[in-house]
Amino acid sequence: MATLLIAEHDNTNLSDLTARALTAACAMQAPVTLLVAGSNCKAVAEQAARLDGVEKVLVADAPHLAQQAAEPMGALIAELARDFQAVLAVASSTGKSVLPRAAALLDVMQVSEVTRIESPDTFVRPIYAGNAIETIQSSDPIKVITVRSSAFEPAGQGDASAPITAVAVPDDMALSAFERQELAQTDRPDLGSARIVISGGRAFGSKETFDRFLEPIAAKLGAAIGASRAAVDSGYAGNELQVGQTGKVVAPDLYIACGISGAIQHLAGMKDSRYIVAINKDADAPIFQVADYGLVGDLFEILPELESKL
Amino acid sequence: MKILVAVKRVVDPNVRVRVRPDGQGVELTNVKMAMNPFDEIAVEEALRLKETGKAEEVVLVSIGPAQANETLRNGLAMGADRGIHVQTDARVEPLAVAKLLKAIAMEEAADLMFLGKQAIDDDANQTGQMLAALLGWAQGTFASRVELGEGRVSVTREVDGGLQTVSLKLPAVITTDLRLNEPRYASLPNIMKAKKKPVDVRTVESLGVDIAPRHTVLSVTEPPARKAGTLVASVDELLDRLRNEAGVL
Repeated sequence: MATLLIAEHDNTNLSDLTARALTAACAMQAPVTLLVAGSNCKAVAEQAARLDGVEKVLVADAPHLAQQAAEPMGALIAELARDFQAVLAVASSTGKSVLPRAAALLDVMQVSEVTRIESPDTFVRPIYAGNAIETIQSSDPIKVITVRSSAFEPAGQGDASAPITAVAVPDDMALSAFERQELAQTDRPDLGSARIVISGGRAFGSKETFDRFLEPIAAKLGAAIGASRAAVDSGYAGNELQVGQTGKVVAPDLYIACGISGAIQHLAGMKDSRYIVAINKDADAPIFQVADYGLVGDLFEILPELESKL
Repeated sequence: MKILVAVKRVVDPNVRVRVRPDGQGVELTNVKMAMNPFDEIAVEEALRLKETGKAEEVVLVSIGPAQANETLRNGLAMGADRGIHVQTDARVEPLAVAKLLKAIAMEEAADLMFLGKQAIDDDANQTGQMLAALLGWAQGTFASRVELGEGRVSVTREVDGGLQTVSLKLPAVITTDLRLNEPRYASLPNIMKAKKKPVDVRTVESLGVDIAPRHTVLSVTEPPARKAGTLVASVDELLDRLRNEAGVL
């Protein structure tokens, strides 16, 4: 028996998150097969084949898989899964949409957003926005698991290449059709895997201020920019930047929270960061309870000073 | 068109939960409960479709103990027409909920189903997708905009990196994200009126679904506490500590 890992990619590049999920897949103590499903995704399969610990790569290439829509992906994974004892995917918006669909088709429960694999049937995951940690044992014949990628170190990559095999793709059921996509353009590192994240909250007061104060520091640090829900809802930042229970969960080496009070929802998305810095004018803000280093003061004075001294 | 909305009774999102001393769950006795916030958004969206004349009836479904009746009444007070309460004291996992909802959807001949994208207690984010799979319907997860057309529904989804719009064949399952709408408050007269709206109480057995859990909860613990941090006096001290103490710059 073996483990099937669903690759996270955009048809051209394999996402860094796949290497992290691969570490989790290897903890299932069985050989790992990687599935690259998409359209014209040969380049991705070649990148995937070089990851350490991948025994083989399956490629499902079809026009109707171009957007990795849940309906055809669920059918494809459920079909392939019968030969595996476990199926894993990154808990990304794609993984979260696709994998429960495959699980239901297999009549098994999913284990969502695991942060640790104790044994091939015992998993650790946060519940209640990270305020409690649950350890569960699954009795299902096929374990279907989404992985919180920030909780796992990325697997390495070498020159050795695993064999690549094409697999048959079920016909398009045409239940859904892709219309359009509006993706934010950025040359900064990806929020989900950045080593440093600098985040802003409502205290910035406007989008213009948010960008003007945070962007130069992010550029100097090579950091990704994040935002609290308050900042996103006020229109200071796009929702793809939201860090929290309902946005992205990050665990960088350094997380700098600027003008963020530290609501439970936000903490659920960043409290596993290695070092947390809080800059806030309210000394009683809950963010200071999780911050390794806190600086109380006006961020419109502190941030320019910080930028000039970096 | 008939819209079904699934609603769940959960710990109020503003309550700070505590892990039970026996390590088998979180403390739920004498804790304020409420409708899952994502489900309020789902109810609101269904009501808006009814108010624009695109739907005739909005039916709420909740699965859980006797007190889930309150959650249904809250939704009825917002404006939904009637409720279905599948009463059970058992722990019901998303797969079992999806099977129960499928049985109800078939009985009711629903055209569209709304669910929240996840419940804030188990944080599973599975039920809507599982329901769509079992019904063989299209799914629109993490919806931030919904536009109903002829035989299709256009759903703008919040995905990593931005927004994606898909067109789904009806019937379909849609799960709601936070930015879809701002749910209304129930007015006092509507709360009174909601008491008279019908709620059909059903048993799991009558729906012919096996809800035996697939997961055994071995333990529930507090998350590891972060060690107390320090306040620094200046930007210089902050940078010095980050460089020399933490070594992250």
